[in-house]
Amino acid sequence: MKKHLLSAGDLSRDDAELILQTAEELRSLADRPIKKLPALRGRTIVNLFFEDSTRTRISFEAAAKRLSADVINFSAKGSSLSKGESLKDTALTLEAMGADAVVVRHWASGAPHLLANAGWSRSSVINAGDGTHEHPTQALLDAFTMWRHLGDLDGRRIAIVGDVLHSRVARSNALLLRTLGAEVTLVAPPTLLPYGVDGWGVETSYDLDGVLPKTDVVMMLRVQRERMNAAFFPTVREYSRRYGLDGRRMANLQDHTIVMHPGPMIRGMELTADVADSERSVIVEQVTNGVAVRMAVLYLLLGGSEPALGGAEPFETPRPSAPQGPLAPGGEE
Amino acid sequence: MTDYLIRNARILGGEPTDLLVKGGVIDRIGDGLTAEGAEIIEADGLIALPGLVDLHTHLREPGREDAETVDTGTLAAALGGFTAVHAMANTDPVADTAGVVEQVWRLGREAGHCDVFPVGAVTVGLAGERLAELGAMADSAARVRVFSDDGKCVSDAVLMRRALEYVKAFEGVVAQHAQEPRLTEDAQMNEGELSGRLGLRGWPAVAEEAIIARDCLLAAHVDSRLHVCHVSTAGSVEIVREAKNKGWPVTAEACPHHLLLTDELAATYDPIYKVNPPLRSATDVEALRVGLADGTIDVVATDHAPHPHEDKDCEWQAAAFGMLGLETALSIVQKAMVDTGLLDWAGVAERMSAKPAEIGRLAGHGRPLAAGEPANLVLYDPEVTRVVDPTETASLSRNTPYAGMELPGRVVSTFLRGKPTVLDGKPA
Repeated sequence: MKKHLLSAGDLSRDDAELILQTAEELRSLADRPIKKLPALRGRTIVNLFFEDSTRTRISFEAAAKRLSADVINFSAKGSSLSKGESLKDTALTLEAMGADAVVVRHWASGAPHLLANAGWSRSSVINAGDGTHEHPTQALLDAFTMWRHLGDLDGRRIAIVGDVLHSRVARSNALLLRTLGAEVTLVAPPTLLPYGVDGWGVETSYDLDGVLPKTDVVMMLRVQRERMNAAFFPTVREYSRRYGLDGRRMANLQDHTIVMHPGPMIRGMELTADVADSERSVIVEQVTNGVAVRMAVLYLLLGGSEPALGGAEPFETPRPSAPQGPLAPGGEE
Repeated sequence: MTDYLIRNARILGGEPTDLLVKGGVIDRIGDGLTAEGAEIIEADGLIALPGLVDLHTHLREPGREDAETVDTGTLAAALGGFTAVHAMANTDPVADTAGVVEQVWRLGREAGHCDVFPVGAVTVGLAGERLAELGAMADSAARVRVFSDDGKCVSDAVLMRRALEYVKAFEGVVAQHAQEPRLTEDAQMNEGELSGRLGLRGWPAVAEEAIIARDCLLAAHVDSRLHVCHVSTAGSVEIVREAKNKGWPVTAEACPHHLLLTDELAATYDPIYKVNPPLRSATDVEALRVGLADGTIDVVATDHAPHPHEDKDCEWQAAAFGMLGLETALSIVQKAMVDTGLLDWAGVAERMSAKPAEIGRLAGHGRPLAAGEPANLVLYDPEVTRVVDPTETASLSRNTPYAGMELPGRVVSTFLRGKPTVLDGKPA
């Protein structure tokens, strides 16, 4: 593992699989009465959010706390137009406080990259979503969810449907799923596919109905209604008719196909209520998995290679490459 | 006034010869010259070029004296071999009245490092709504001939037509910043595969090309001079080439950074590489070089754009557009054009001195190095290399994209009307 997690493209297949395997072990904690491990005791993790995202923030917060890290939430809202404290000064402040890791959400693409590389701070940087660039932990939790349902992703077909142009989730998923051997198809109206997408090494399609019967996973992306004001599509109704997932379309899926959504979803626009609440929907499970995956990322970036506590019972696992020792449940907490 | 005997300089890269500079003019050129009382300048191995003329400089004064002043900017120009610069109008207040252009012109005279020719704004406040008093600026002491809303595009077709027509009365030229505004809202970098991957809003080539095509047609229609600023795409080169083939009154410039750097640098998210128009693809760079070599692109202009550190030490999206250019321009042109065999030194003199002076209608600049001509000249050593150190720049700002890069060549001396502004690479 590298020191930072900035892009899903930074992960080798081994890295990604290690994270998924670690997450699998950690996930079982959720079912235990005591959900806490001592692995990151004494470490400080800062959630640095320049953009609102309650879901992502509490997911990281829960993950860090279950590993016994100290968590500081730092909300530094501001846009390019109404700049508050600069990213640099914020970074210097956090460095002075001695943060071990900074989980950053930012409205500007590349901000985590800058934080990691500008020499302002020595912390590990974890990208929790930057502009319209990437959201690698979302991709990891998505892959983890798929992996739990479908097993190995090699050769699996995954359709990512909706506003790919503005989606950091789509970018990270396209990168990670390819690394894991899956075949990705981006489905969107041509206006919502990025210029130059042909070079991404994924399939694209404008025809959702043509893609659905062949796919193992349907991932629906959030589409902002306001996009129609910039002529990306004519009306919400037309969008839903062409690219929304409803009961009729769901009937064309294979039996094992799952339906995902990174949230927050707009029922009736991207998918209808009957789809969101169906057996195929793993949307709520994605949230649970998000905590486990983020625990795995924090653990591997910060503590990973050495046992955190001497004499802890090795955590029993059927997977040989999983880390030992430090994942043992902490007795005293 | 001291006379100077420059010995063994290679004029336009030719055979070594001597030049006697006397009374602000080139008195004589020939082998083995002697002159009583003249200061001797040994120029073995140095190339003599006519003093460079920049059609596109941001001096930032008045308004952003934290980024650059007329004094610091023109010193940087002299160190880069320039004897004249055109100061762009996007200052604060905007150079849209005779008062502001005269102020900038006067500051240039006081600094004395090189001649400053203010560019007048085309529209009041660069707002693109109504014409500024172009005639008053033309008639002022600053004698403005180049008009531009640079930084913003005169996107309104009627306004552009009227501006082109109006400046004919005083032999003016409209220098267009070609950028269709709607196609480039919040645009951050060249639109291509990389912009999609990086999640940075794209600045498509078509947004430049569509305006250039329209403006070429307008210039032909009203038979007035159009100059296209900072051409950056292969398609733009093609459009300008076609317009010239038809005999239309169109000239164009390219910037050094567009002749060397590509959009791949945006992958660093380091805003030092953020510029408008953006760095483009390698194909575009190649097309610009070919266009500059064959004369489609008339001029190299720096678009020297100083910015204080804090405007570049931040998120890409929040950072200012622009990069320094004056002190590195000649080296970049050597690297991109001369060392590649695309242009000889006579060609460099044409595109960095004669042509820009002609477009700006400057009488005393861009003249050949010949007896009787004004002694505006630069001595340049093409054989040395240097590593660019941003802290060594004369500019108040440090935003050079070439930091740490090894570049060929060095400006040794610059003379403005017979008076050295730079000697041995240092301010005279």
